[in-house]
Amino acid sequence: LAAGRKRMRLRRPVGRVPLYPGHIPTSPLQKALLAAGSACAALWDPYRHDMVAVLGETTGCLALPTLRDRMRNDPEGYRIFQERPRIRLSTLDMAWLRGLPDGALGREYIRFLEDNKVSPDTRMPAKFVDDEELAYVIQRYREVHDLMHTLLGMPTNMLGEVVVKWFEAIQTGLPMCVLGAAFGPVRLNARKLQVLATELLPWAVRSGRNASCVLNVYYEQRWEQSVESLREEIGIFPPPAVRV
Amino acid sequence: MAAGLRPGRALLSRRRGALCALLRAARGLAARPETHFGFQNVTEAERREKIYQVFENVAEKYDVMNDSMSLGIHRVWKDILVHKMNPSPGTLLVDVAGGTGDIAFRFLNYVRSVRERQLQQKLRNHQNLSWQEISKSYQEEKSNPLGDSQVVVCDINKEMLKAGMQKAQHLGYSEGLSWVLGNAEELPFDDDKFDVYTIAFGIRNVTRIDLALQEAYRVLKPGGRFLCLEFSHVSNPLLSRLYDLYSFQVIPVLGEVIAGDWKSYQYLVESIRRFPPQEELKAMIEDAGFLKVDYQNLNSGIVAIHSGFKL
Repeated sequence: LAAGRKRMRLRRPVGRVPLYPGHIPTSPLQKALLAAGSACAALWDPYRHDMVAVLGETTGCLALPTLRDRMRNDPEGYRIFQERPRIRLSTLDMAWLRGLPDGALGREYIRFLEDNKVSPDTRMPAKFVDDEELAYVIQRYREVHDLMHTLLGMPTNMLGEVVVKWFEAIQTGLPMCVLGAAFGPVRLNARKLQVLATELLPWAVRSGRNASCVLNVYYEQRWEQSVESLREEIGIFPPPAVRV
Repeated sequence: MAAGLRPGRALLSRRRGALCALLRAARGLAARPETHFGFQNVTEAERREKIYQVFENVAEKYDVMNDSMSLGIHRVWKDILVHKMNPSPGTLLVDVAGGTGDIAFRFLNYVRSVRERQLQQKLRNHQNLSWQEISKSYQEEKSNPLGDSQVVVCDINKEMLKAGMQKAQHLGYSEGLSWVLGNAEELPFDDDKFDVYTIAFGIRNVTRIDLALQEAYRVLKPGGRFLCLEFSHVSNPLLSRLYDLYSFQVIPVLGEVIAGDWKSYQYLVESIRRFPPQEELKAMIEDAGFLKVDYQNLNSGIVAIHSGFKL
């Protein structure tokens, strides 16, 4: 029996070994199919966060190396890259963060998580990035996304997500952000589109252009810093006073 | 020159092969039985556990995935299986690894339509009946639409059975249908019970195929029929390459996009390659005691239906 089976070609994507836990090596054809498939799936059902994640991984081959270099060339970014911190419930001291004064980054972050009923642990780990360093970069980007919401003051409804995507598109250049920013508004009603076009977008674009790279901020060491002072430091303009 | 080298090389590889076999045997004496999970080598216990998890994960999206991967053709394959079975009303079927009930529902539809035709035929042959007798025969039809046919769906995985029961409720199947949790290698049924035993796309996931075949033989009545629908080997080289390309490049992607589960579908395509080809499976079925064993290739061998009788 065993001899008969050995005659068969046992094929896997050629010469590819997993480079990090959770890595699934893929051929170029598979990446292309994944990109197309995940784009369709994410458009069909925007709540398929895993599809948005896969789209980001399969299309980020140009933007991710640029981001990694930007991290390496910045002193704080370099430290993050060396120490590889992860934002998850097990590494966060929730009680201490909740005890911080209102307006502090940590306090506002917890408030954001509770108000929108989200958790940092629901972020998908990187699977299809074929480089261990780039996998960390995209992982960091995902974990920092909630902090973007906090800094920009945007909730997790469709409008808020679109605004954050525009900001991230300009900051990171990731095709997934660009696609999300371009196609996200399709699902908004007329009133929200107007608010988006007249107030939120110009502000998000200006902030995105003006701000330094958001991945180069060691958020875990700045929980006590106030959101306003952090915004000023990074270069994000104060959000417009509209209800999102 | 090449001809001169070849026998020498063959001798060397034979010696190496013998040495490897010896090492393997020595290792086997010390270690637990080795088997495979897709292209990985694992112990039998690990394999059972991994396969259970695969189907636990895919249960909800099982039917959607089948449709996308086979472009709906799996429905035709299953129809052909039931037509080949050609069950008459009163047949007792056990569908092993029957999970979401595809074969069971087709069986019920088939016997119902055969029964209807039987009753209509009976009416036509007795056109001198009074109208009271005719309406009484309608009652008879309503009270026994399946003609006492029954199907028992047996599966080792609770999630798959749950998905099947929900589907049955949704589609309106209730009569003549039973759901039993059981292992194909050790069925919870008595000897000589069933008229037909089917296993559709399930035997590939059984760890000890020989045991499953022996159990099939045991629970079938004398004269009973064994039917197995399973992915098999494509001999046509061009088709085989296209099939491999589709299997390895497209199917795991479909798994990730539709079900969010790459690994289970990678396992699926690898397990198909590991499964014995048509002739080998035929020999295994004959070993279990079945007679008049034969197989029918569908789509040039992508799928094959093996059939045997307990005589």
